[in-house]
Amino acid sequence: MTTFTIPGREPLFSGKGWAALLAFLLASVVLVPVLFLAVPESSPFHLSAYFVTLIGKIMCYCVVAVAMNLIWGYTGILSLGHGVFFALGGYAFGMYLMRMIGREGQYQSDLPDFMVFLDWKAYPWYWSFTDQFWYSALLVVLVPGLLAFVFGYFAFRSRIKGVYFSIITQALTFAFMLLFFRNDTGFGGNNGFTDFKRILGFRISDPGTRATLFAITALYLAGCLVLTRALIRSKYGRVLTAIRDSESRLMFSGYNPLWFKLSVWTLSGVLCGIAGALYVPQVGIINPSEMSPANSIEIAIWVAVGGRGTLLGPILGAGIVNGAKSFFTQSFPEYWLFFLGILFVVVTLFLPKGVAGWIASRKSGDKT
Amino acid sequence: MTSALGRLRALAVPLVLALMFLGSGQSAFAFDAEMVSGLLSEEASDKADAIEKIVASGDPTTLGLLAALRDGTLRVTPDKKLFIKERGVLKDAISGADLEAEPDESEKVTINNRLRSQVDSAIAGLRIFSKDAKERLVAAKAIEPSIDTLPMLSKALAAETDAKVREVLRLAEASAKLQSPDVAQQLAAIESLAASTDPKVRTQLQALTSPPSGTETPEAAKVRTAAVEAVAAIERRLAMYDIVGRLFTGVSLGSILLLVALGLAITYGLLGVINMAHGEMLMIGAYATYLTQQVFRSHFPDHIDWYLVCAVPVSFAIAAAIGMLLERTVIRWLYGRPLETLLATWGISLFLIQLVRQVFGAQNVEVANPSWMSGGIELTNLVLPYNRIVIIGFSAAVLLLVWLMLTRTRLGLFIRGVTQNRTMASCVGVPTGKVDLMAFGLGSGIGGLAGCALSQIGNVGPDLGQSYIIDSFMVVVLGGVGQLLGTVYAALGLGVVAKFLEPFIGAVPTKILILVLIIAFIQKRPQGLFALKGRSVES
Repeated sequence: MTTFTIPGREPLFSGKGWAALLAFLLASVVLVPVLFLAVPESSPFHLSAYFVTLIGKIMCYCVVAVAMNLIWGYTGILSLGHGVFFALGGYAFGMYLMRMIGREGQYQSDLPDFMVFLDWKAYPWYWSFTDQFWYSALLVVLVPGLLAFVFGYFAFRSRIKGVYFSIITQALTFAFMLLFFRNDTGFGGNNGFTDFKRILGFRISDPGTRATLFAITALYLAGCLVLTRALIRSKYGRVLTAIRDSESRLMFSGYNPLWFKLSVWTLSGVLCGIAGALYVPQVGIINPSEMSPANSIEIAIWVAVGGRGTLLGPILGAGIVNGAKSFFTQSFPEYWLFFLGILFVVVTLFLPKGVAGWIASRKSGDKT
Repeated sequence: MTSALGRLRALAVPLVLALMFLGSGQSAFAFDAEMVSGLLSEEASDKADAIEKIVASGDPTTLGLLAALRDGTLRVTPDKKLFIKERGVLKDAISGADLEAEPDESEKVTINNRLRSQVDSAIAGLRIFSKDAKERLVAAKAIEPSIDTLPMLSKALAAETDAKVREVLRLAEASAKLQSPDVAQQLAAIESLAASTDPKVRTQLQALTSPPSGTETPEAAKVRTAAVEAVAAIERRLAMYDIVGRLFTGVSLGSILLLVALGLAITYGLLGVINMAHGEMLMIGAYATYLTQQVFRSHFPDHIDWYLVCAVPVSFAIAAAIGMLLERTVIRWLYGRPLETLLATWGISLFLIQLVRQVFGAQNVEVANPSWMSGGIELTNLVLPYNRIVIIGFSAAVLLLVWLMLTRTRLGLFIRGVTQNRTMASCVGVPTGKVDLMAFGLGSGIGGLAGCALSQIGNVGPDLGQSYIIDSFMVVVLGGVGQLLGTVYAALGLGVVAKFLEPFIGAVPTKILILVLIIAFIQKRPQGLFALKGRSVES
């Protein structure tokens, strides 16, 4: 399917690549906070809080796209349920943020407003210790990771693959969405978690907090990129692409794909979960609609638009689609679904390698 | 309030007297101007006496007068003649004869709230002797069984000819007898109540089963044992009805899932692709049904009841045409890339949803049941709606047709051949491209039929397809591909299991549990219930 050079001999990044990475980090860790915090609002160079939040949000989506690319682009397993990992990470961290509201809620109770509303007297057991930051951070990794591991183990063990796997993941996220929509589940039902006040003692609406979260998200995104690149050029990564290209041949060569698939699947889930945890304090809300099957499928289209199996493609795709979404929902809300629907069809029909693949083929076409 | 209740009690006695008249077959009632003269008095107590007198007459013909009194349509002329003026129609209040001209002067006969409640209960008591069986049924259900109303109930039962009303009265009489001090009567009542399935009766009997705190007389013990047995009998019967009811709703859900999944399974077996736009084929079928209904309403309003029969081929044809169009324009180009096809069909589904939203609006449209489909078979406290029964029959018919098509026609042979081994089928001259097209049309058309069926039991809106589609995917996963039987078992199995689990753990945990069960199941059988065997299966 694809011709590839032997990755092990390549450096992690070319000189240009390192430079671009450094430039990105400088821009997001130094430049954006300075323009946001230090430059006065009257100046044309000032960045608004809206802009910083929007970019921060899109960077979270980019991480999800990178994680999706790992599993779909490189390993050939299409998940239509990645939204569930993202949302579970968000909920796990949201629990901590809810606890940090303290008595500042509308009912001035120790319990979150929705629990007061349900007339609950104490936190359910699964909320214990969530007021500890470290414990919530642990949950952010463990909950999506454990779900991915258990689900993946049973699915991969019985060699469910292809379309079968995709629709079962879709049912998974659908089931979780229904579960979280229930008030009795103890995660705020329809409304989910919102109205956060502080994080580690800092007020969440402070520009300083926002800038810090933004910088952390950027660092995390860069980290994910480096990790992807490092994985893919390793021997492990080559097994993954072999699974994608011909799983049966790989098995005949004596490999058991189960653990390769399971590990990259779990890793992908965990990366999504952390992205969700970074998303929640920036956007200020998490609710069950994040787990809707439509949302998860959209993640796949980000990757497809950008280019599967390319390093930067998913980031490009997440940026393009989410940018278009912001534009359409503000200017022509009724045409957004038309656009998205046509995008799905056009990309699969005419751009099988996405925008990144298209650019690459244009470049190589020009040279010859 | 208490005094109003007191008057109700007081009413019972004259009622009983009235029933004596009825029972002795006297048809001449002492209903005349003199009897109602009290109504013309200014004093409320005089009016109350007059009402009691009217009730005591036990004459059903006084109902019109009482109703008029309640509704404020009873008027009186200065020379004390009563007449009823209702929506411009004038009637003499006593004889019921039509009046030609309205008297020059008249005023309303007024009543206060206390009198009003007295009139209300008088009307209920009299209605049970009405000539109209429906009215009697309503009245029989409204009467609170008690020792006070027992004589009335007994008399009414003796005079009753309608079977339905008799049954209600019989139960009411037995319930009233339970409160009788006479042990023999109580035992007889318990015995006849044991045949009932009414939960209210069960509660009533249950009250008799608790052992007394002190010593028990032998009679009381007898009554108690009889009551315990009766409660057990009722509970057994209720449990049986419960199981029948759940089985029915389960089969009903299963037949819907089957209709939805059938088309999906055909295209999946053939192309290896789950058509994510299949839900939208349902939606298109439902909207086609809606359009057919509108055409019938405007052009053939006399035959509106038959629109559904016409909608069946229409919804099939429209959905099939759209499915074939999609196959030619999009899906054809993605063969061999199932995951991309998945995404492309999802895109198509988004597009179609938005298209329908633009054309028909985001609101649900109204699709009515034909009159022959409303109502249902009543099994005491269980109703099996006709529309559900029709859908069960309909999906059985569709299944039969599809089976005949797949096994008895040339196209069916080709479809089975391509499903089993595309390359080999192509080698022996099967036009695989054309078969794909036809099969996709068939699958989509069956989806359209499912939509037509769904329009009869649920809302028709742009999101119609989304609510069933994930469940039907699960049917396909569980059933496996290549054989209809797998889909049938999976659909009915999922439907029945879901309906049996739901009352115990709720709807959402049921969905989750079923997902877990499916995943557990495919550990054992990764290819579903019925897998194709042979070398061609694993690519």
